[in-house]
Amino acid sequence: MSAAAQTTPAANDAMISIRDLRVSYGSREILHGISFDIRRDETMVILGGSGSGKSTLLRTLVGLEKASSGEIWIRGKNMASATAADKEELRKRLGMSFQGGALFGSMTVGENVALPLREHTQLDDDTIRIMVRLKLDQVGLSGFENYKPSQLSGGMKKRAAVARAIAMDPEILFFDEPSAGLDPVIAAGIDNLIVKLKRAFRMTIVVVTHEMASAFIIADRMVLVDKGHIVALGTPQELQTSTHPRVRQFMDRIAEPEVHKEMDYLQMLTDGNED
Amino acid sequence: MQISTRQSGTSTIVDVVGDIDLYNSPEIRKVLLENIRDKRVPRIIINLKEVRYIDSSGVASLVEGLKVSRNMSSRFILFGLSPAAREVLELSRLIKVFEVYENEDQALAAT
Repeated sequence: MSAAAQTTPAANDAMISIRDLRVSYGSREILHGISFDIRRDETMVILGGSGSGKSTLLRTLVGLEKASSGEIWIRGKNMASATAADKEELRKRLGMSFQGGALFGSMTVGENVALPLREHTQLDDDTIRIMVRLKLDQVGLSGFENYKPSQLSGGMKKRAAVARAIAMDPEILFFDEPSAGLDPVIAAGIDNLIVKLKRAFRMTIVVVTHEMASAFIIADRMVLVDKGHIVALGTPQELQTSTHPRVRQFMDRIAEPEVHKEMDYLQMLTDGNED
Repeated sequence: MQISTRQSGTSTIVDVVGDIDLYNSPEIRKVLLENIRDKRVPRIIINLKEVRYIDSSGVASLVEGLKVSRNMSSRFILFGLSPAAREVLELSRLIKVFEVYENEDQALAAT
């Protein structure tokens, strides 16, 4: 565990290798040169508080944000130098489930789930129909195939988005806060599904979450991101027993100490105002 | 992936070797439907002993085969499931829907 792991060369079993990754929004750097590997067939949970950079990390891994420097290697290919054909091939092997779901409102739930299968495969309509129903059943949405997303609750939309993300049984599956906003029973069902998907389909799964109970159920390893740096990387047990102050604060849910001095706070609130 | 068929008494055995995925599952589907729907075999046994991995499209193809065989009043049997294949059928809640045996002798002896 710890920062030493950040400089370990890519292991043979690495599905994703991240090397000295930096990401900025304008002049503000969000990720400050982070490095770690995600192994084939493991579930890696990326932990961190709000604004820690964990979601930026995930978005950069799937190509939704551009790195300002550093390297991302996926399945042995450097994403910076990958050809359009490489990226297209990779897209077929990735599944992504992001907050908000991003379902197409004009399509039914079933059509949404079928979309990647219709775009990327030559499967027969009957096969696709069965696959869609299998996936909807796996996320607890049997019978909702012909509903429009607007007819679903927030939690159901999220599960429909998970069904679409797993439609192709992807080799690598990315989840952003899969259980946020779901009731505890449904959230436990999603955790259970993640564990089973990894086992049954040999998936490498990357999950961003701040739900500790969920993280401990699904993770093979965890990485704690704080202020754009990795502060810990290890198994759930290693993080659980870590004495690193920031890890302890996160594990034990200790509130951030008050950092504002009164006059600084006043200055911050009134900065730019006329005297 | 390779598929071949052979006959054992009234049973048609489909031997599948290799992983079943999105790109080759249509071949399995074709073989199953040809035998069940077109040749109207009374009993089809799928040998999955040499299949380490089966994805959802493979499972869907087996489901189609099972459904058509029920419509044609023929028997549809699986044997030799790897732990991963069994896991996929369990995840899909299909392990009890299919008639599954450990090995070929048991599958052939099933009455």
